[in-house]
Order: sequence, then structure tokens, then C-alpha cells
Amino acid sequence: MDKIKLDAWVGIFVAIGVISLLGLAMKVGNLTSNDIRETYMVTANFENIGGLKPRAPVKGAGVVVGRVNSIVFDTEAYHAIVSIDIDKRYVFPKDTFANIYTAGLLGEQYIGLEAGGEEKNLEQGDRIIQTQDAVVLEKLISQFLYTKASEEE
Amino acid sequence: MNINTKTLLKFFEKIGRSFSVRALRLGAATRLFYLILIYSADSFKRIHLTIREIYFTGVMSLVIIIVSAFFVGMVLGLQGYYTLQKYGSSEAIGVLVALSLVRELGPVVTALLFAGRAGTSITAEIGLMKATEQLSAMEMMAVSPVARIIAPRFWAGVIAMPILASIFSMVGVLGGYVVAVPIIGVDEGAFWSQMQANVDFRFDIVNGLIKSVVFGIACTIIALFEGFDAPPTAEGVSRATTRTVVTSSLAILGLDFVLTSFMISG
Repeated sequence: MDKIKLDAWVGIFVAIGVISLLGLAMKVGNLTSNDIRETYMVTANFENIGGLKPRAPVKGAGVVVGRVNSIVFDTEAYHAIVSIDIDKRYVFPKDTFANIYTAGLLGEQYIGLEAGGEEKNLEQGDRIIQTQDAVVLEKLISQFLYTKASEEE
Repeated sequence: MNINTKTLLKFFEKIGRSFSVRALRLGAATRLFYLILIYSADSFKRIHLTIREIYFTGVMSLVIIIVSAFFVGMVLGLQGYYTLQKYGSSEAIGVLVALSLVRELGPVVTALLFAGRAGTSITAEIGLMKATEQLSAMEMMAVSPVARIIAPRFWAGVIAMPILASIFSMVGVLGGYVVAVPIIGVDEGAFWSQMQANVDFRFDIVNGLIKSVVFGIACTIIALFEGFDAPPTAEGVSRATTRTVVTSSLAILGLDFVLTSFMISG
């Protein structure tokens, strides 16, 4: 087989490979849908984060606006400090409420942001003060049982 | 020395020999790898040698890769639907197909097929070259057979494998789509959007690519070494070809476990 034909075939081969990789990145993966490049970081303290994991989505009104960067345990106050990267395009007021929700009954956990009314916005390094912990099913059940028991007395 | 100690001695000799032979072969393979790395500059200088080998290992494997990827994707679609519909979440079928292909089946099945399709032909070709003394003839002409024959084949394998693996994953996803959307009737929007929401470029697609590069290195080194090491007889070459498939498959599956556990913990 002559050299030009070989080159052409290998060229086609590599091109198909690149197209497949692009297809995987764009159509299958999330390279385009939520590319969050420019971000600012805020922190939030939670008493209990449940099953929240780094890279979990941060949503405002259901729209993904950022991702959880890191979760560390604070040994002084004994609570979790969650760092969140929020896309620069989205601004939230300083008194925004951060809740940990669960997507569906068995789904992953994410942070939902609910905007408050203050005029100043959250900036790099700020802390979200109002937070609500993850719902721990065991606690919920035990609460339910206690109320049931106290009703019967 | 009575007869019992003699048989015992022979038994231990046998065990020891099988170990030392393997250790020797592993050492020789490592030396071959080292030689390939030293001579790889030559194989990039004369790039047409490498391109020729990419044609024989990559382009010629294209048909088997595409056909098997399509079937694997369709089977994943059917089997995944069977399980998911029990939980009433058949829309997640796209995620299941895409994640299992991109993270696992794409690299692994491609590497297994590659070992069977391209690895055996590399081994047979080099073994035959050795048997017909072409390699010695090259050395006589002061042409290093590693630079001329081995290194281009190595780089061709390493380049072709990730390309083949991405083609496998993409075609497999399309196969899953064909089963899920037109045949089963899963909603098309849910199929793609759930897939995009759950497949991460860095952690799923790039990790799959890293896997396939490692498999490419392992497969081609094994195939090249078996060919280079084969006894120069018809029987020797045929045995070496068989060993290529067996060793490559075991190496792929073992490496897959190691890589996956690294990627999951990391």
C-alpha cells in the first residue's frame, strides 16, 4: 500500500477518534452544560452535613450555580465548614439561606441557596450565616416516635 | 539418597525453575521497555514507520471495535432497562449506559479486543521475522531492530488504544440510545440530560482515557516481548501468540482493578 493512502487512512482514524472524544465531552459529559470557570468562594457552617460530598451541586431555585469545593470539620466549634464555589455570573445577597436538600428520595444531596432581602451581596470569602442542616432520617424517626409516645401518655 | 527425596527435590526444582524463568522473562521485558524508550526518538523522527503501524494496529481494528461497541451498548441498554424499570427509573438508563461504557467497558473491552486483534498479529509478525532471521540481518546491517521494528509498533499501540477506546465508548452510547429511545421508548430529552448531568469530563472521561493509555502500553509491550522472545520455530511462534492473549488479558484485568481503586479513592 502506498504511503499517501496509509496517511489518509490513519488521518481518518485519528479524526474519528477526536470526533468521538469531542462527542463524549459535549454530548455525554458535562463539559458544556455547566462549565463554571470564574467563581467566588463562600463558606457555610453546618451542624450536620448528612451525606453531602465535595463537588456536590449548589443550586439556586433548582439551577446549578456552583459546586461544593471542600468540607472540613472545625475542631473548635465542632461543626462542618463547607466551602462553596459560586459562578461569578450569579450574585446572592448577604443574608442568603443555605439548606442541604436531598434530590428525590434516594438521590444525592445538594445545597440549595435561597436569596434573602439584603442589598449587599456575598463576596469572596464571606460566610453564609443562616444555614439549615441535612435531614437525618434517624433523628426524624426518633422525633416521630417521641411525639407518638408523649401523645399516648 | 532414597527415591523419595529425589522426587521431592525434583518437585522443588520444578517450582524454582518456573519462578526463575518468569523472573528472567520479566527482567528481559523490562529491558526491552527501556530500550524502546531509548530508541523512541528514532521512531518519531521517521514518523512514517509509526503511521504505518497505526494503520495496521488501529485502522484495521476499527471494524471489530465499532461492531462490538454497538452490540455492547445495545445489550447494556436492554439489561439496564430490565433492572431500572423495577425501580421505576428507566430514564436513568442513559447514565447507566454512559458511565459503564466510559469508565469501565470502553477501555477494558477495547483493550481485550485489541490484544486479540492487534497484539497477536504483532507477536506473530515479530516472531516470524525472528524465525526467518530478518532481525539478525538487520543487526548485521547495523540497523537496530528495536529502533526500526519494535519502537514504532509500541508507539502505534499506545496512540491507537485511547483513540479506539473513545470510539468504542461513543459508539456504545449510540447503541444504547438506539435501544433505549426508539425501541423501548425512553424519553429522548431525559436520556441525554440525565447523562450530561451525571457524566463528569474530568472524573469519568479523562480517567477512562488514562486507563486506556495504560492498557495500550501493557498490551503492546507484552505482544512485542512475546514476539521478540519466541523460539524461532513454527511451534514457538504459535505458543508465543497464545501467551500474548492470555498474558495481556490477565494484565488488563489486573491493572484495571488497580487503576479503578486508585481513581475511586483519589
